[in-house]
Amino acid sequence: VTNSAPSMINLIGSESDSQRTLYPYVTGTSVVGIKYKDGILLAADMGGSYGSTLRYKTVERLKTVGKHSIIGASGEISDFQEIMRNLDELILYDNMWDDGNSLGPKEVHNYLTRMMYNRRNKFNPLWNSLVLGGVKNGQKYLGTVSMIGVHYEDNHVATGFGNHLARPLLRDEWHADMTFEEGVKLLEKCMRVLLYRDRSAVNKLQIAKITEEGVTISQPYALKTFWNFSAFQNPTAGAEGSW
Amino acid sequence: MSELAGTIPGKGGFSFDLCRRNDMLVSKGLKPPSFLKTGTTIVGLIFQDGVILGADTRATEGPIVADKNCEKIHYMAPNIYCCGAGTAADTEAVTDMVSSQLKLHRYHTGRESRVVTALTLLKSHLFSYQGHVSAALVLGGVDVTGPHLHTIYPHGSTDTLPFATMGSGSLAAMAIFESKYREGLTRDEGVKLVAEAICSGIFNDLGSGSNVDICVITKGKQEYLRNYLLPNPRTYVSEKGYTFSKKTEVLFTKITPLRELVEVIEAGDAMEE
Repeated sequence: VTNSAPSMINLIGSESDSQRTLYPYVTGTSVVGIKYKDGILLAADMGGSYGSTLRYKTVERLKTVGKHSIIGASGEISDFQEIMRNLDELILYDNMWDDGNSLGPKEVHNYLTRMMYNRRNKFNPLWNSLVLGGVKNGQKYLGTVSMIGVHYEDNHVATGFGNHLARPLLRDEWHADMTFEEGVKLLEKCMRVLLYRDRSAVNKLQIAKITEEGVTISQPYALKTFWNFSAFQNPTAGAEGSW
Repeated sequence: MSELAGTIPGKGGFSFDLCRRNDMLVSKGLKPPSFLKTGTTIVGLIFQDGVILGADTRATEGPIVADKNCEKIHYMAPNIYCCGAGTAADTEAVTDMVSSQLKLHRYHTGRESRVVTALTLLKSHLFSYQGHVSAALVLGGVDVTGPHLHTIYPHGSTDTLPFATMGSGSLAAMAIFESKYREGLTRDEGVKLVAEAICSGIFNDLGSGSNVDICVITKGKQEYLRNYLLPNPRTYVSEKGYTFSKKTEVLFTKITPLRELVEVIEAGDAMEE
């Protein structure tokens, strides 16, 4: 695609607007990920919102990448599908070398970072925040990339609202070498708070687990919620007209 | 019949007179002054005997911490306290004003103030200023009808809740409440949970920091625990202390008196010509 001089000057003008992403349309909400004793756990709900409508309720936002990694995405779903096409092609070419080596989570994370940052520099971002986790040769890896190319790795990561609601809980309660049951319980705690307090969350989530042995993505299930506080039963008892 | 404070709404409410002039100045490039905000974490919860309120103690002016240890839990009545987030001047002024109105009302009625009275006075004042009084409040107290906890937003809407958080650190604190709150907490459990929620705000939100203040209100009793926790102590203090090097030495003194004034009288009177 060549850029002639006049349209280069008008880079942020109205003509070239149809060529770049300005706003997201169908979006997924937070993804939360933690390291545990045997590997990585990711959790994400299955909602795809179209603005303020909860349009799609069976969107798989957790996917496998090669043998050693899993990816979770929030943000524009069509851009995530494009990223998956690129990643599948990357893994395919890697397999075609047939040399016994396979791309590990660090390499995939770096590839994603370059992809996101280069698109951002062209003012045409892939409107996603991604979580990438995996295990290779006993080494656990958990990282994140945002739509502007900000990337880092940590023991626990989250995207979107998860940063505000889940990260404080993870900072308090995460510890090294959690068992699988402890990890799932902690993730469910975070997803429950997100379900209560994030308007674009749906009560249908999947948990993905990756260990040295391989990947398991759970069947969708729902969390139990509690609404029976006595103050909710008759909230305006003292203050007529409020809610 | 004497007039009660606040029964006849005065000619108050937001005055739009200067808005056009302010917009004109902004369009000419004037940067409006930044407010002293209490980028904040404030929380409240109802436990089995009453209400517990909590707040952090950081007041910010843009990116600077203006006050490291301010008081965000304001007194309204002996049995009612109010935490305030938003513009510091607004929260102070509005809570002071309603506190005096409540006192006059107590003299007039001879009864203990009720939380819904404070609630109604605050919400009608904030509504009449259409959100320009930037005060987000967590109001809690125990009166004859029982313990109450309310949140009040700057535009004047209110909620009645078993647990509430406001301010920039509200999401971090709400994550703790949503995962750990249950009905019928004891006093110690309640204080521990409130302290945990405020600490979550202090350590995970940049607008909140320093110390934890707590206020426990029960029937007939209140405990204002100022600086209940100090999780951010100053850890490094130089042991050597601070000394200043010698002042400038005086080597030499010389005093030169000013020249004496000499009057010159011109010969002849200038006015004669």
